[in-house]
Amino acid sequence: MYRVLKYSIYDLMRSRWTYIYSAFYFLFTLALLLLSDDMSKVVISLMNIILFLCPLIATMFGIMYYYNSREFTELLLALPLPRRHIFLGQYLGLAISLSVSMLLGIGIPFITYGIFGSPEIWNFSMLLVTGTFLSFIFAGIAYLIGLGYENKIKGFGFAILLWLFFAVIYDGIFLLAMSYFKEYPLDKFAIIASILNPIDLSRILILLKLDISALMGYTGAVFDKFLGSEIGMVVSMLTLVLWVVIPVLFILRMARSKDF
Amino acid sequence: MISINKLHKSFDTNHVLNNITVDFSRPGITAVLGPNGSGKTTLIKCILGMVIPDKGDIRMNGENILGQWAHRQQIDYLPQIARFPENLTTEELIEMVKDIRGEEIDANMLIDTFELSPFLDKKLGKLSGGTRQKVNLVVALMYDSPVIILDEPTVGLDPVALQRLKKLLKEESAKNKTILITTHIMSFVEEVAENIIFLLEGEVEFDGTTQMLRDRYSGDSLEESIANILVNDPDPDL
Repeated sequence: MYRVLKYSIYDLMRSRWTYIYSAFYFLFTLALLLLSDDMSKVVISLMNIILFLCPLIATMFGIMYYYNSREFTELLLALPLPRRHIFLGQYLGLAISLSVSMLLGIGIPFITYGIFGSPEIWNFSMLLVTGTFLSFIFAGIAYLIGLGYENKIKGFGFAILLWLFFAVIYDGIFLLAMSYFKEYPLDKFAIIASILNPIDLSRILILLKLDISALMGYTGAVFDKFLGSEIGMVVSMLTLVLWVVIPVLFILRMARSKDF
Repeated sequence: MISINKLHKSFDTNHVLNNITVDFSRPGITAVLGPNGSGKTTLIKCILGMVIPDKGDIRMNGENILGQWAHRQQIDYLPQIARFPENLTTEELIEMVKDIRGEEIDANMLIDTFELSPFLDKKLGKLSGGTRQKVNLVVALMYDSPVIILDEPTVGLDPVALQRLKKLLKEESAKNKTILITTHIMSFVEEVAENIIFLLEGEVEFDGTTQMLRDRYSGDSLEESIANILVNDPDPDL
């Protein structure tokens, strides 16, 4: 698997999109830091960008990579390698490249601004951790969609729809449900519904870490009570790990029986 | 070397392979022929494990190879369409395949045979179709494996490269290797192949030597005999 991973990363490093993605984060972070000296505000602004952009780029890049590397996959399939190594290697190559692009793009400006000596370091780390999780999660989901749909148009369409669902539609349904059932106690429902969407979960984790959950009123207090506690943190992290692992298990399962 | 027993494969409602039983153990090169869509490529991909059959088994040296991967170490495979990662150069691709197979081998002789030296540092995406096919041949044939499977090896090759390929195949065949070829060029089959397997709508219509085919489906040339399979119902006693 290591060799497949190596060549996948090697191939992605040659793609100019990897650099454009990294450069975007770099310039954006730099601009924010130049505009505001308050690192905690920069972290909040970046949070909004990361929660929106990481899933979107990971989804689009993931599905594009799957379809574009089909010939590479076919070449590998004819070589003496187990299938699971081929697909795991390619997926990890994709997810690692995306994460490293983001980490470098955001990390370099912060390091030059002296993040290591700042109390914001933990909030900043949380931002990077959730960004990495989101890249792994959505790259996995996109790769899975690619495996499931031979037709590129269908694959792209479905991938975009899925991103839209998690980034926008889910929150809409969530809010509607909250207002419709407002007569009932909803704290448990709110927590479970938020955990089931990796983007929401990441957002809440960062907000809690930034200690501004009071801004979210009653819901904030509920989240703080559950997710702010140690058990809450463990549950949220485990859920994010599950969000990474489950699509990968499906990728391996699907790859086992797919014809090329 | 390779024996296939009662192999079935369908894609949705399309039965591509229907109870195929063949044995690739006769000496010499075997051509797998048949009209478009008769299941040639699917059969080859089943041997490689790229397509997973619905029923039946495939054995290599007596061992069941379905769901396995280690047997591919003993197969040199040339895919039908020469497509490679576009960002890699020819040299990097050759190095990559060497690295993944984990065997050190000198590909220079093949590179010279197909005159690829000027293209070694060119990106694969920038190569012409014919040159890409030559790269495909080098990557497929650089190992000294006991089984060679070539899916449409002649596509896009110029006459010089074609002559060299024929010579190469005869040399490899002399080493007692199992060689399978699919092609639509009958003159190529006539020159290199000793055995023919003819597939029609996913079934084996003929399995024997080229001479047997000529005798059974009387024709002046191989092309005529093959055409006769498609139009005549042969006498089963012959």
